Amino acid sequence: MDFNDTPEEARFREEASSWLAENAPTDDAFRALSPLEQAKVWQKRKYDAGWACIGWAPDFGGRGASAIEEVIWRQEESQYDLPANFFLIGQGMIGPTLMAWASDEDKARFLPQLASGEEVWCQLFSEPAGGSDLAALRTRAERDGDDWVINGQKIWTSGAHYSDYGVIVVRTDPTVPKHKGLSYFYIDMKAPGVEIKPIKQLTGDSDFNEVYFTDVRVSDSQRLGEVGQGWQVSLTTLMNERAAIGGSFGQMDVSLAMSVAAEVEIDGRPAMEDAAVRARIADWYVQEAGLKYTGYRSLTALSRGALPGPENSIGKLVGAPKMQAMSSYLMDLLGASGAIADEALAAKAGIIQRAYMGAPGLRIAGGTDEIMANIIAERVLGLPQEPRLDKGIPFNEVPTG
Amino acid sequence: MNFEFSDEQQLLREQARGFLTEHCPTSAVRAVLDGDQDWDAALWQKVAEMGWTATVIPEAYGGLGLSYYELAIIAEEMGRSAAPLPFSSSVYLASEAIQRFGNEAQKSAWLPRLASGECVATVAMAERAGRLALEQLETRRGGSQLSGTKVPVADASVAEVAVVLARSDAGLEACLVPLQQAGVSVEPVLTFDTSRGHSSVTFDGAEAEVLGETTLNPEDWESLLDGAAVLLAWEQLGLAETALTQARDYALQRFAFGRAIGSYQAIKHKLANMYVKNTLARSNAYYGVWALSGGSDELPLAAATARVAAIQASTYAAEENIQTHGGMGFTWEFDCHFYLRRAKLLSLAIGSEAVWQDRLVSALAAQSAAA
Repeated sequence: MDFNDTPEEARFREEASSWLAENAPTDDAFRALSPLEQAKVWQKRKYDAGWACIGWAPDFGGRGASAIEEVIWRQEESQYDLPANFFLIGQGMIGPTLMAWASDEDKARFLPQLASGEEVWCQLFSEPAGGSDLAALRTRAERDGDDWVINGQKIWTSGAHYSDYGVIVVRTDPTVPKHKGLSYFYIDMKAPGVEIKPIKQLTGDSDFNEVYFTDVRVSDSQRLGEVGQGWQVSLTTLMNERAAIGGSFGQMDVSLAMSVAAEVEIDGRPAMEDAAVRARIADWYVQEAGLKYTGYRSLTALSRGALPGPENSIGKLVGAPKMQAMSSYLMDLLGASGAIADEALAAKAGIIQRAYMGAPGLRIAGGTDEIMANIIAERVLGLPQEPRLDKGIPFNEVPTG
Repeated sequence: MNFEFSDEQQLLREQARGFLTEHCPTSAVRAVLDGDQDWDAALWQKVAEMGWTATVIPEAYGGLGLSYYELAIIAEEMGRSAAPLPFSSSVYLASEAIQRFGNEAQKSAWLPRLASGECVATVAMAERAGRLALEQLETRRGGSQLSGTKVPVADASVAEVAVVLARSDAGLEACLVPLQQAGVSVEPVLTFDTSRGHSSVTFDGAEAEVLGETTLNPEDWESLLDGAAVLLAWEQLGLAETALTQARDYALQRFAFGRAIGSYQAIKHKLANMYVKNTLARSNAYYGVWALSGGSDELPLAAATARVAAIQASTYAAEENIQTHGGMGFTWEFDCHFYLRRAKLLSLAIGSEAVWQDRLVSALAAQSAAA
């Protein structure tokens, strides 16, 4: 075992890192731009030089890089402080969906613009009545000549307010069982009848939106997959979701915990010397190192051109609750001053408090802890699904509570 | 990035698993647990013939001179089958101590016989309840004579020789003590895992020689334990995997209220948690064996991380496997309890969870101070 690149990987890493050293923007003019503008400028620069969406085929704006090369690129790019989140959903989830299901004409029209960052996409799946049970969604589309007319509401839509396009799954037939009555479209987010309302989260931020559809007309040519095949198309998008959400849990790591425990005291001694504190830190390190080395095992598989095993499915289920537990405990160590969120006064400039308030969202987004545990139990361990009371029943006859 | 065992090592895993499936079925574990024997002597003979006791002993001393990667693989399979053998005492601890601390004559005298499996050895550390404190050991050497009591000592009843941690006027020492002699009495001690024998060993002027003929640097002893911690972690991972497999198989086959209990989320989430802990333990065990094999500076951190993860995974899996089985899991007749016993037994050897959590944080602090 070793942690070294193969000669080919090392060559690729060198090429990537020298290009980044030459081209990653750090100037003040760039920093003065809004985060979205910065992201667009940087994405276009990468695109023009062949460093955008490198795993995509050259026809779509990529360079046909291997999975391990994509990882190496991400490792190198992440050494620079550059905004990237604006394109995660579009490039990570929707791009692969378009590749699998869109017409050649649409692929040629949309994928290069998605890779270059000139057009931003969002994903319109969740609804007030359909979260973990996504297929219970109620937004409907009715056929009208060559068009469909959409009415209903989506929720938790990241970036809807700055997106040019979105993908949406809607109910086109309520008289068949729920998975069979869905269809999948792409839509213009600026179309008449689309209304976007930001959701204020418990953190005070607004990363998500509610999106209302009132008689929004969509051409049938914007349908991906057959009528009634929307669930299968959605699965293509969702399969790429965990990869897109990734394993980032901010700055809440063991080195931060060590730093806090070195600074605060318990009965006149550094908290770092307290056995109970040390036991907690050790347990978090076991999780942190365990995830890191699990990642190395997956990278090894990628490096050999194989698919990673199921072990990667544990990342969010371990990382999100750890972020919550760690931020909670570190505030406990701070005592009453743990409540201070003011960046100027708080220990570690308030990142612990922000992490604690943000953690509940991470435990829910992209599959709740409970859904992630079900996925492991069913897909990895082969346990049966819970019986479903709506199975085989026409959607419009399913009890809704 | 190459963070995986080689193809040859994977072949060894298949071979070891096949061998133990055939020669160490759960009935073999049960026979030792139920019977008067402290080990499965016939199985030991076969394991020795496979060369497993010789794995990391250098060729110059009759060993195979393989790496800790191979030994880690064997350790995992030993755990998977809960083999009733003194493997951890003789191979991870005593053979390692003699190899690391012995002088040429001691190595030549003992290592070839340990490699062939003809001789079983153990290590005697604990004297009383609580954490082992190297400065406070009461077992004393004066001249060539050793006195004191060690309890419990794993596998002493089947061992020919023990490496005994003791003190003399000069300081800390590892003494090599043949157990079949007039100055040594080995009395059985009942533990909760009778598939491994444990004893109280009293030395009353026993003939002893000091390993390496010199005092032992406590850090060198800690380093020996780091190595053992990695190998025990692999063995406990094997136990945890068996417990998870048993729980899963039972959850699929046992029906309640008209459906498999494995379809209830209460059971699914429990098993998913086992899988998560086992996966963390496995990845940390990879890190541990990588550090052990390459003699990395990161060994203290890697070993403590592997051990804490493996203690947590194996005890959780063993406990929740019984819970998943319900009342049947509480019976002597079902095999679930083998893994509970062994997982906890191995968790108590060489320092328990809190000791290694503490070592982990010390190593982490040292590593970040050095960075």
